[in-house]
Amino acid sequence: MYPRWYWRAFALPGVLWLCLFVVVPTYALVAVATGRIDELFQPLPAWLPGTWNIGFLNKAFSGALPGGEYWATIRNTLVYVVAALALCWVIGYPVAYYIARHAGRTKSLLLVLLVLPFWVSYLMRMLAWVGLLSPDGYANQALQAVGIAHPPDWLAGQPLSVIAALAYGYIPFFILPLCAGLDRIDRSLLDAARDLGAAPVGVFLHVTLPLSRPSMLAGSALVALPMFGDFYTNDLISGASRTSMLGNQVNLYLLGGPQKNLGASLVIVLMAILLVAMAYYVYATARESTRAT
Amino acid sequence: MISWLRNPWGRPRFLVASTWLYMAWALVPVAIAIAFSFNNGRSRSVWQGFSTRWWWGDPNLSVFGNPTYTHALAHSLELALLDMAIAAPLGVTLALGLTRWRGPGSRAANLLMLFPLVTPELVMAVSLLLLFTQLAIVPFALVELGTAAQVIGQVTVSLPYVVVIVRSRLVSIGPEYEEAARDLGATSAQVLRTVLLPLLLPAILASTLVVFALSMDNFVVTQYLSADQSTMTIPMYLYGNTRGAGTPALNALASIMVFLTLLAVSLAFVTYRLALRWTKQPAASALRELTIPEA
Repeated sequence: MYPRWYWRAFALPGVLWLCLFVVVPTYALVAVATGRIDELFQPLPAWLPGTWNIGFLNKAFSGALPGGEYWATIRNTLVYVVAALALCWVIGYPVAYYIARHAGRTKSLLLVLLVLPFWVSYLMRMLAWVGLLSPDGYANQALQAVGIAHPPDWLAGQPLSVIAALAYGYIPFFILPLCAGLDRIDRSLLDAARDLGAAPVGVFLHVTLPLSRPSMLAGSALVALPMFGDFYTNDLISGASRTSMLGNQVNLYLLGGPQKNLGASLVIVLMAILLVAMAYYVYATARESTRAT
Repeated sequence: MISWLRNPWGRPRFLVASTWLYMAWALVPVAIAIAFSFNNGRSRSVWQGFSTRWWWGDPNLSVFGNPTYTHALAHSLELALLDMAIAAPLGVTLALGLTRWRGPGSRAANLLMLFPLVTPELVMAVSLLLLFTQLAIVPFALVELGTAAQVIGQVTVSLPYVVVIVRSRLVSIGPEYEEAARDLGATSAQVLRTVLLPLLLPAILASTLVVFALSMDNFVVTQYLSADQSTMTIPMYLYGNTRGAGTPALNALASIMVFLTLLAVSLAFVTYRLALRWTKQPAASALRELTIPEA
């Protein structure tokens, strides 16, 4: 009833925009990463395939391996992301579980409170912690009050602070999908398990936990993917090069100095890491859905 | 916790406690940071009494007195308005197109649309920076770093949100109203104007407000595509000064941003909820759909 071109015409401006500002920029990234540099250390992108120079990519990828120049930042990135993700699970699961199952009349209120941090600017949330963790801030005052005379400077290159800040920053992205997933679980399955004699812990371990695995995966992906490219949390909470993550190295090359080719190559390393993470996510979700049927 | 493990069907005290502790952990630091914008001294970490000197009054140091702060606020608002003006129509038409157009091209376009949503913003920011600084052909050569580039970057990262919100609404409306209008003899243009757009209006308004909030909070893309001091936004200023010896005016500036964002999102929620009420969906799904777009 509509002509064939009708809805395509609607999609056209948006698709055109995405081609211009998603596809072409990605190509520009590859062209710079595979390009050369001129005598003023400015990048000369290789716009034509075939003129590619894989020197920078080679340096970036070999530097990312253990022992390489960028291994420390890669290792920091992996360790911090995994540790922050684990924190998100430990802190987030009970919260999501309570709100989905037991909150009762307070559920709407708790949902609003849960969503609130999403829409409080990330930088404001980091600013808040910089105030609390500064040497004369409330965190150290509390520590001194319980007898620790010389608490550390939390903002001077402490990996623990960075991990906690990452978890703090991204945890809402984990709890909300998990809460929605737990909410969707059919209650009659729980009743059935109970009627068949499962102990409460058994019901949780054999019914709730397996059924919540897809939403845990989704939440973990939502948390982990942006964390891999994070550089501002580290800049604000640590500022020291010893906690530097991959994003910080990219930031340094792109905005700081004449090493844009290498910076672009490191972004491609980042994309490769994300691709592996995404591939695992897709594989795990597929495995979950075959198990469910 | 032990007693709860023994009898988990009773009142889950351990869960109650951890939930409220989490809420306190998530929200109290921000409340403290807002409170510190009313500090009477220069410190952002030690309370020295109440005053509004960092908000107004002081011609140089207060947030509404110092041109650096007011300029950052003005530029943030400018970018947000431009982002809304472009991302909303572009996203609504794209949502209509992607929902109704069937074919392999549609699936590819859908994946492309989701790309900015699943990649870290750093990837988008670096790619766009290199595009505008390295590729000397029209139209990219016409875009200079600064407002134009920042708007393009922000539109690109906020577009998926508009598409996902409008599309989920479109799917829940279903094709019946349209078919009825067609049967009664309406042309395609009339169906669009008298049926689809009015039904989509709450979702369009809500997603536009979400774009405002996203733009106000956007940092990575805006920072990478900025030119100089004149294109500084509030988040950029916070990033540059949080670790420095800034005064509580910094907290006041951040509070203004938080207030504007939350205002926009609350309005979006109210609008969207009205729409859901017509189709009898619970309020909780409005919260969820506006926060994490389900792809």
